[in-house]
Formats: sequence, C-alpha cells, structure tokens
Amino acid sequence: MKFEFTAVNLEKIERILPKYPDKKAAVMPVLYIAQEQNGWISGEAVVAVAALLEMRPEEVLGVVTFYTMYHKKPAGKYHIQVCTNVSCMLRGGYDIFNQVRAKLGLENGEVTDDGRFSLEEVECMGSCGTAPMIAVNEDYYENLTEEQVDKILESLQRS
Amino acid sequence: MEKIVLPEINNLHLIDVYIENGGYTAAKKALVQKKDDIIDQVKKSGLRGRGGAAFLTGLKWSFMPKSDDKPKYLCVNGDESEPGSFKDRQIFEFNPHQLIEGTLITCYAIGARTAYIYIRGEYHKWINLMQKALDDAYEKGFVGAKMKEKFSTDFSCEIYIHKGAGAYICGEESSLMNSIEGKRGYPRVKPPFPAQNGLWGNPTTINNVETIANIPAIINKGWEWYSRIGEPKHPGTILFGVSGHVNKPGVYELPSGTLLTDIIYNYAGGIPGNKKILCVIPGGSSMPPLRGDQLEGVKMDAESLKAAGSSIGTGGIMVMDEDTDLLRVLARISKFYFHESCGQCTPCREGTGWMYKILQRLISGQGSTADLDLLISVANNIEGNTVCALGEAAAWPVKFTVERFRDYFETRVNSQTSLPTANKVHSMRNTAFPLSDIIR
Ligand SMILES: Cc1cc2nc3c(=O)[nH]c(=O)nc-3n(C[C@H](O)[C@H](O)[C@H](O)COP(=O)(O)O)c2cc1C
Ligand code: SF4
Repeated sequence: MKFEFTAVNLEKIERILPKYPDKKAAVMPVLYIAQEQNGWISGEAVVAVAALLEMRPEEVLGVVTFYTMYHKKPAGKYHIQVCTNVSCMLRGGYDIFNQVRAKLGLENGEVTDDGRFSLEEVECMGSCGTAPMIAVNEDYYENLTEEQVDKILESLQRS
Repeated sequence: MEKIVLPEINNLHLIDVYIENGGYTAAKKALVQKKDDIIDQVKKSGLRGRGGAAFLTGLKWSFMPKSDDKPKYLCVNGDESEPGSFKDRQIFEFNPHQLIEGTLITCYAIGARTAYIYIRGEYHKWINLMQKALDDAYEKGFVGAKMKEKFSTDFSCEIYIHKGAGAYICGEESSLMNSIEGKRGYPRVKPPFPAQNGLWGNPTTINNVETIANIPAIINKGWEWYSRIGEPKHPGTILFGVSGHVNKPGVYELPSGTLLTDIIYNYAGGIPGNKKILCVIPGGSSMPPLRGDQLEGVKMDAESLKAAGSSIGTGGIMVMDEDTDLLRVLARISKFYFHESCGQCTPCREGTGWMYKILQRLISGQGSTADLDLLISVANNIEGNTVCALGEAAAWPVKFTVERFRDYFETRVNSQTSLPTANKVHSMRNTAFPLSDIIR
C-alpha cells in the first residue's frame, strides 16, 4: 500500500526540522509520525521517510529495526505491554503476563485475528515503585491486582 | 531534612508556583557571573553525577573547550531504563522547571547554545508534562531568544526534547548522541571523548536529569551549603528508588550516606510479613548485589558502597525477601542485558546470550555446579573487553551474584525440580525485516 504523509503531518514535520542542524536527525520523530498515521512502519513508509529526509531507505530501516517501539508489523488497536523485569517480577509481573495471555489467547508478539489486541512482554518501564504494571498503547496502569487487570481488559473488549 | 530536587510544594510543576517559590532566580544570578566561576562553584560543591558513574560534575564541565569556534551542546540524559530506576520521571512530573533552570545554567557555564533533553520513548506521559513545562518557560521568556531581555544578558539557548524509542543502550552517553543524530544507537569507541568530539563532532557534555536538577540550588544557596549535606565525598541528597519486597516502594529523597537499612526499614516500611532479606541490589540491576547479612552499617553513597563491594549506580534499591527464587531473578537480569546488547562487540553480544542460556539450563534442572564456574568465566571474559560499559553491566550481576550466593546456588542446583523453560527469547532488535519490501 502506498504511503504518503498527510498535509497536517507534513506541517508537523516542518516544525521538527529546525530543532536539529541536520535533517537526518529528525528521523526518529518523523518515524513516530509515520507510525501514528499508518499504525506501523511499512516498507513504503520507510521509503517515504527516506525521501523526505534525504536518506537512503537502508539507513532509515536500520533505525527502525534498532528501536523496539517502532512496529515492524501492524500492532493491535490496543497494544498491551506487560513488564516482567525484576521489580515487576518480584510483585507478580509474570502472573499478570500469564493472565493477559490467557484472557486474550495471545502469545508474546501476537495480534488477535480481529486486529484489536496485541501483546508484548516488555523490559523495565520505570514503574518499579508502582509494580506490577501494564501499558495499553501509551498509557501506564500501575499498582495492579489481577482483578484490576481483568477490569481493564474487559472494558477494552467492550469498547 | 530539606529536599532539594523534589521539595514538598503543591503544584510546583506549574510555572507560576515555581516562580513564587524562587524559581528562575538562580538562572538570573548565574547569567551575570563569569562562566568559569559557575563551573568553579559546581566543582567546589562536590556534586557527582546521578546517572550511574558518580563522576564529578564540575570537573566534567571543565573538559569543555573554551574557544567558540564550534557549536557546543548539552545532552540531558533522561533515558532512565536501568531496571530498578524510576527517579527521573518524578522530576519530569513534579519539578520540571528546576530541570529547565538547571539546563539553562549548565548551557551558560559550558557555552552551549542548544540542549537536548533525551527522554525514553515509553515515558509518553512524562514527555508531555515536560513539553508543557518547556512551552510555558518559552512563553514567559525564560528560554530561547526572549531570554536576553528577561535576564538582561546577551546569552540565549534553545532546549529541545528528543524522544527515545525503546533501547536501554541509548542511556549510554555516546549511544545517546548517535540516537539524537538519527542513527542506530551504537556506542562509540572512546577516546575521543564527548567534550572534544560529541554531537555532530562538536564539544558536548552529557549529564543525568537529577544531576542537572541540583544545579539551581547550588547557585542559589551556595556551594558551601551544598557540600555540607550528607557524605562529604559525595554530597547532596540522592533520589533513592526502592522497589521489590518492601511495604512502601517509592522514591525517597535523602541525604547521601543514609543507612541502607534505614531506607529499607524506616522509609520504605520494611519487608511484607516481616520476612528476612535474601538480597539487595543497591543501585539498579547492573550493580553487584549484597547479601541480606551484609547490609548492617552500609551507607548509601559512592565511597561507602564501593567499600561494601557494590556501587551507587542510579540509587535504585531492589529488595528481595528470603523466599525469592534468586536463580530466576538472575536469569531475568541476564535476559535483559542479552536483549539490550547492541551487538557491536563479540564478548557482549555472544556472552550475554551464553549466560542467559546457562541460567535457563540451571532453571530447567539440566545444569550442574560446573555451570556456576562457567558463568563466572564467561562474565570475566566480557568485563573489560567491550566498547561500552553494558559489558560490565551484564557481567557484574552474574559474577557477583553467583560468587556471593554460591551456597544458595549450589543448593538450588542440586535440588532441581524440572521447571518449564523460561520465557521465549524475543529480540525485536534482531528481527529481520524483509528488505525486498523496500528495494525492488
Ligand atoms: C548501558 C548504559 C546505560 C546507561 N543508561 C543511563 C541512563 O538511562 N541515564 C543516565 O543518566 N545515564 C545512563 N548511563 C550513564 C551515561 O553514560 C552517563 O555516564 C551519564 O548520563 C552521565 O551523567 P552524570 O555525570 O550526570 O551522571 C548509562 C551507561 C551505560 C553504560
Ligand atoms: S558492550 Fe555491548 S552494548 Fe556496549 S557497544 Fe559492545 S555490544 Fe554494544
């Protein structure tokens, strides 16, 4: 599928460029904008970003694959991230991870058939003092119990 | 005890409240002094970096060249991805203007006209809070071109937020610079050091968020005052993040040198169920762990912790009670460093994977005590043989945990029940992306 930045996003990009003395430095914020528009970073998006910033597609691709937060395939509408690193693990992070797995019928990295949910086991999110946690897209939910996780997932399933 | 970085003032994150409480007066005071005098005051204050290495901040600033023939940069490091660390986010949320004010003063002192505040991408909420504070500061004329009028000086600087995208390694200073430049976040070989050859080849200073947030107080209240707080060799307050098996996890701002047991039992409310402590990692997951019976009298500052066989790191204190499965914890730590290795150096790229595999073998009941020695040997071969300190960060926990808890591990290995193999390894970073999609 063809990828073209919307006029609004092109304007946003224009405002980002002056922050850096070199166009190429805008590649991370521009990739975020591409991801916001497209849901994930497709090959076409890589080509479009490269053309815009006068980079080679391989260079842009190198950036995309280095960072975990750029989706290399479509993620679910609700991308559920569960931290299982030590501070969360000590307070039930794996129980929460398994609970979400069972409830959504997903393994790590999978997306539901209807495209609504995806699951990712993530590294430390900086919620060690409010563990365990999950993040849904950009929002953190912290100090969780299993009941609260159920409630969050159910409200997402209904929405 | 007075709090410097996170004072208990309601709504301090709002610019008007910050100004009412003396905000931006330190910048006003600093911008009319000589640059070298500012650096001198920070040197004499004894302030040491809060990003992990506890390096002397004033000394670091003095490495910046004095000549103005090249643009200079400041990077404020808010990547905050070391497991057990969650203090910088408190500053973004509760005292963002003090960070902005510290950034202004630092830029002035080192001669930088541009600062980038690098914040980990997962911190969407805190990036937005920080951006709001920055927008307000711009609007009121504390940052940017309008500064000249506001502070009646001829100095001005720009501050930008750069959002990370999920890579622990980008907290390493040279990787952070590559990330800002729009490259893969590979650490650079040093020398050259950033003060000579940093962002786009120009002189650059990198400091942690908490370090910078201390600067306004040093300018306003004086270096003598600051140097008398806490331990003389590592003065000031430190944001201690306590997590794991404690009743009241959270961030506590306390003078350096506070007793570790005081932090755990008094401030963080002790251990649930009054259980005994098996292990404490005092400075984020890459630092050597202490045994529960080694904690008495240990003070939380760089020198005292070094003497106790560990390191202050980021001040992230992870507490594990007597029922913790330390083998699984260590395997989880290893998985993290394996996942986060950027892959440039063979000892780190391969060694982190080997250590993780050996630990999984032990968990699955297939291991032997010889594997414990093997772990130490792999760790020893990573340490000192890599481009950046992630090598040590991966090697230390394995080496010191196995050494210090040898009895524990031997018992554990000899009484194996077969447990399902730990979680599948996932490394998005290594995911092959079909090039054919792009280049036809
Ligand atoms: C693997 C690795 C990760 C690091 N992550 C961070 C980080 O998230 N935040 C930080 O301030 N420093 C981090 N550091 C330390 C930085 O390289 C640098 O020393 C620090 O930001 C300097 O600031 P300071 O002198 O104010 O402490 C990391 C270092 C390594 C080797
Ligand atoms: S030590 Fe590890 S993380 Fe650091 S540069 Fe080498 S491979 Fe990369």
